[in-house]
Amino acid sequence: MPFKIPDANEYDKYAVVMKGIVKKFPKVLANDNVDLYVKKGEIHAIVGENGAGKSTLMNQLYGLYNADSGTILIDGEAKDISNPRDAINVGIGMVHQHFMLVGPLTVAENIVLGNEPLVSSENKFLNSLARTADLFSLKKARKEVKRISDEYGLEVDVDAKIEDLPVGTQQRVEILKTLYRGAEILILDEPTAVLTPQETEELFVVLRNLQKAGKTVIFITHKLNEVISVSNNVTVMRLGKVTGRIPTNETSPKELANMMVGREVLLRVKKDVHMPKEVVLDVDELSVKDNRHLMAVDKISFKLRKGEILGIAGVAGNGQTELIESIAGLRKSESGKVTLKDVDITSSAPREIRELGLSHIAEDRFKYAMVKEFSVAYNIALGRHYRAPFASSGLLKGKDIDEISKKLIKQYDVRPQEIHIEGGSLSGGNQQKMVVAREIDYEPDCMLVAQPTRGLDIGAIEFIHKTMVELRDNDVGILLVSMELEEIFSLSDRIMVMYEGRFMGEVKPDEISLEEIGLMMAGSTLNEVRGISDEK
Amino acid sequence: MKNNKWIKILIPIVSVFIALLVASIIILIIGEGDLGQRFVFLGTAYSEMIRGAFGSSSALMNTIIKMTPLILTGLAVGFGFRAGVFNIGAEGQMTMGALAATIFAVNATQLPSFIAIPFTIIVGMLAGGIWAAIAGFLKAKTGAHEVITTIMLNWIAYNIANWAVTGPFNDGSGTPKSPEIAESAMLPNLLSSQATFLSFGIVIAIIAAIVIYFILYKTSMGYEVKAVGFNPYAAEYGGINVSKNIILTMAISGALAGLAGTLESIGLYYRFYGTLSSGKGFDGISIALIGQNNPIGIIFASLLIGGLRTGSNQMQFAGVPKHIVTIIQSIIIFLVAGERMVMTLLRLNKKKGVK
Repeated sequence: MPFKIPDANEYDKYAVVMKGIVKKFPKVLANDNVDLYVKKGEIHAIVGENGAGKSTLMNQLYGLYNADSGTILIDGEAKDISNPRDAINVGIGMVHQHFMLVGPLTVAENIVLGNEPLVSSENKFLNSLARTADLFSLKKARKEVKRISDEYGLEVDVDAKIEDLPVGTQQRVEILKTLYRGAEILILDEPTAVLTPQETEELFVVLRNLQKAGKTVIFITHKLNEVISVSNNVTVMRLGKVTGRIPTNETSPKELANMMVGREVLLRVKKDVHMPKEVVLDVDELSVKDNRHLMAVDKISFKLRKGEILGIAGVAGNGQTELIESIAGLRKSESGKVTLKDVDITSSAPREIRELGLSHIAEDRFKYAMVKEFSVAYNIALGRHYRAPFASSGLLKGKDIDEISKKLIKQYDVRPQEIHIEGGSLSGGNQQKMVVAREIDYEPDCMLVAQPTRGLDIGAIEFIHKTMVELRDNDVGILLVSMELEEIFSLSDRIMVMYEGRFMGEVKPDEISLEEIGLMMAGSTLNEVRGISDEK
Repeated sequence: MKNNKWIKILIPIVSVFIALLVASIIILIIGEGDLGQRFVFLGTAYSEMIRGAFGSSSALMNTIIKMTPLILTGLAVGFGFRAGVFNIGAEGQMTMGALAATIFAVNATQLPSFIAIPFTIIVGMLAGGIWAAIAGFLKAKTGAHEVITTIMLNWIAYNIANWAVTGPFNDGSGTPKSPEIAESAMLPNLLSSQATFLSFGIVIAIIAAIVIYFILYKTSMGYEVKAVGFNPYAAEYGGINVSKNIILTMAISGALAGLAGTLESIGLYYRFYGTLSSGKGFDGISIALIGQNNPIGIIFASLLIGGLRTGSNQMQFAGVPKHIVTIIQSIIIFLVAGERMVMTLLRLNKKKGVK
């Protein structure tokens, strides 16, 4: 039975109805006449690519943005939600991608923050005294939080400090916070982006518990397997419009992907067969710890050859970041060995590694790949600012820096074509092109490429994909890390799936399906996956 | 970026005007008589101040004497800011520089001037540099915040200096001061007028500013310092050794402060009084702020503050309390630090938003 768009007289069965929502930003039409129907007590997924308008839509429901036009009905009644307080008052709670918690405070303190229970007493005088002084009652707060956490099966230690808790638990605290404020409708914005697979599983259990307790859950994601495993209905968005509504049990990841991306199902870059050459990067039993001092990369070994793209697929937070940073010399390894062009670079400094012919498009553009206060020209010089052609005997060669930068931003179509503006004033896509231009101009033999197209528009993605395939054809060895399976599939010559710091197996992109990779990303080995496939 | 540069220059200038305007209102309020008389009073106050700062050759020389250490401590703090370190220990580095330089200069009796002076300066700069590098090292290796460590080092320097001039390095008079330095180590005078002598110190300070400007804008080292200051992660990613740069920046910053102390010893007092600095190290923070961490800007900021201070004495003779100058200085800093306010006043904010 296809998704049924309700008539106006059925709206009271719907927790949320959003009709004709239009939201314009200076340069984009973020929501173009969007309708959303969420039944009471269901888990409703909103899927779409980056920039499809999912978060914008939800931020309007939560009152963070105000729609240019359109109406919002909660339980069939039109509501005017112009700020989060209004949203909370009509029973809407939202858990953002970035948590809004106070690190040094305890779980209980965080949950009641903004709505703290006060000390009360049997004695009238003491009571009025406590009231006047606004005395906070930690005892009541703990009791109340415990009650809610028991009621919905969200286990937390109410006395633990937030900063000591893992991300998954912090998210649980955020959910409890919305429940404490009386939320009947919970919005979760990309809740699994920061979670490990186990934490994701635990979150899904929590969501089902909430559903049993009669709550309505809306969650935003672009991971299709999650949609299938937890939601009742799906709304698909693309470029600000709704492109599909369907009950989850009648669809497949494949169909959802089509609706998400549009008619030209997969944006695949043209790629010819290319024979890889000699090994350029050899990683042997490498182990690396993360910031929490937990083992993030656990004895990983692989060889990368010149002229091939080796893709590493996996859910964010399974050690990919630490692996790349360790190879680039930005993070110490615990054990193992990294060899670049027959030179041991295991404990080399980033500059030595770069000079040997390894360049690196960093995952976090703002943190690592650029100095946003520097001009475009200075950003192009980063990493080679001390040597030819950008400097000689310690002096910067301003003219050469300018000339080379001008040439590069023209070649890579960085806009605006102006080298003396701050790097940070460029748009995301143009910043990334600037970084790509610089890292390719190194003329590397080996390139670490992490999340090269995150947050970019289709045009920039296509350009960067094309560039990477050209590099491969010019015998550069590329190690590609991406959370976007499509990207991994369309670019890689070989794919390794990373899960909890280990490789679950190596596959060729044309010999495996999206679903099988998905299972490996969730912790099944290749053999296990193949076993399941055979039974079908 | 061009637009940006203009804003950077405009902000301190506008701030100075606003500060003078506010000070005028205060002077009008504290004046006596009718409005006309009050305006005359205001006119006298400012004209006396300008006369006191620039009106005669000795006034001008006094202004330059005041601005010399300010340029150097301003450079010290400003250079540190560029690498993202907040050196508030210029005071202590100045003291250590002056102490070491004076010890060397007192004993340099056998050396000819062309050796004694440069070596005294090098010793003073080294002492200041090493003193600051301690804080740099602690930050780079243990993460100890330089604001804390440099303040602590200020106190240590203060007590070492005090102990030195009252004990082993006392001139025998019993008052806390060192013996006079060897004549060969005294900086020659550039100018003299009546009882005022102006040494070559100002030339050295301006050369220091030019050198720092050159380092910051024309060298790979300056590039690294700025990259570390803006974004240490990106710097490391670009193959820049962040620890090394933090220590180096602190050392250079401290050497500049040490130079300030040295010049006071060998160009002004010819001995060391233990507590010479009287806050010039901290003034460096204000100077760096007003000069927007730009070496050339710092020279002008020092001229401004040096001039205000010299002029304030004269102004006091006209019956205007010299604290007016402190008020003016504070308002300038307040406005420069809160540059957004000035930008809003200039309506530049909106322009910038258009891009």
